[in-house]
Amino acid sequence: MLAGGRIVIVGASLAGLRAAQTLQEEGFDGTITLIGAEPHLPYDRPPLSKELLAGPLADDEVYLPLGALDAEFRLATRAIGVDLQGRNVALDSGETLDFDGLILATGAHPRTLAGLRELDGVFVLRTLDDCLAMRARLAPGGRVVVVGAGFIGSEVAATCHGLGLEVTVIEALPVPMVRGVGELVGRRCARLHADHGVRLQLGTGVIGLAGEDRVEAVVLADGTMVPADVVLIGVGVAPATEWLAGSGIDLENGVRCDQWCRALSHGEAVAGVVAAGDVARWENPLFGEVMRVEHWTNAAEQGRAAALTLLHGQEAPVFDPVPYFWSDQYETKIQFVGRVGPDVRVVDGSLDDDRFVVAYGTEGRIVGALAFSRPARLMAYRSMIARREPFPDPGAEP
Amino acid sequence: MRVVVDFDKCKSNAVCMAVAPDVFEVRDDGYLYILQEEPPEALRPKMEEAVRQCPTGAVSIEG
Repeated sequence: MLAGGRIVIVGASLAGLRAAQTLQEEGFDGTITLIGAEPHLPYDRPPLSKELLAGPLADDEVYLPLGALDAEFRLATRAIGVDLQGRNVALDSGETLDFDGLILATGAHPRTLAGLRELDGVFVLRTLDDCLAMRARLAPGGRVVVVGAGFIGSEVAATCHGLGLEVTVIEALPVPMVRGVGELVGRRCARLHADHGVRLQLGTGVIGLAGEDRVEAVVLADGTMVPADVVLIGVGVAPATEWLAGSGIDLENGVRCDQWCRALSHGEAVAGVVAAGDVARWENPLFGEVMRVEHWTNAAEQGRAAALTLLHGQEAPVFDPVPYFWSDQYETKIQFVGRVGPDVRVVDGSLDDDRFVVAYGTEGRIVGALAFSRPARLMAYRSMIARREPFPDPGAEP
Repeated sequence: MRVVVDFDKCKSNAVCMAVAPDVFEVRDDGYLYILQEEPPEALRPKMEEAVRQCPTGAVSIEG
């Protein structure tokens, strides 16, 4: 067991914080150093597209409780490289930090659209500062155009609608959220927007922005101009691995890890280096699938799992969770457990209702479930998925 | 050990119920009910898991 020395955690958000807390709880008595690119102590990101953007949550209520954590924070500081042989991390301050254990938890960066001009009034939403900047521009009656109908885009659309703004959502694909929830439920999600009078334009690409200094419109592929006072670009995120290029760590749409969240180099686990959260792409033995999950619960659970591996090696449990996420849109609580599979079946209620549960299966086994405003019923499926149970018959009780 | 839920923070995601259905129940009315406010010591690991997994940080343990 690694008991002393220094553990460097690169990334001071949820995964990094949970890793640090776990190290301490498990009795690690060396030094824990967290490197955070943002100037803020760890905060919770889910409210950024909901309660904090809408305003009822005060700015200081967004910070995560640190509890009795005894760790050193280096904030507004970026790691710019890692030397696996020399066992150190280089910082943009010019400093080099030696480590005995390293946790990679740098998260992800918002993607942008190629060729878009930088104009005032155009935002991405990933950080607290992004949220506060965008919030300052949301005035009732204003026109918001959301580019991308994924989770962030859909939540921001719902929040802005609630604030009394006129909202249009533009999505390049014919069905929103198809990657996250599949086609059947994606269509149902489209109806959520329509039911609230939010305009959704599907299958339409964005080719540019119009305006002098300040954005005035979003230009669509067919030449249509959609007037806008505020634009949110919500077209997904990319894992923040650029600083690891050339380090020898395997980078394949994230830091490639094994079942214990150990980072790989040329396919072999690197001693004392683990990854967690949005940046980690690991082998989940429950599904026999290499996955990267960009949601809150995974960051929290994987931060803990990676820290346990660092301390206990392969005596730590493998990381085999049933992924979980939720998304609050309008009055609907969308919750998802597991993975999307090719077989889809409504197992509770009907897609025409406000509340229902859908199960996803593959090869006769249940691999996922999604609910609209049915939290308790959904959670029964989380344990069915963990137990690798068969794909349920229509109307079967979980 | 006493389980405490901050109902101002709770958003009835039911994650705690998946971890410990003997202690937490989200009912069809959309609210969370605590079935055992002082669960037996044997449930401590599950209570700690519920605290860790609650997405809104609404669950805590006293004692």
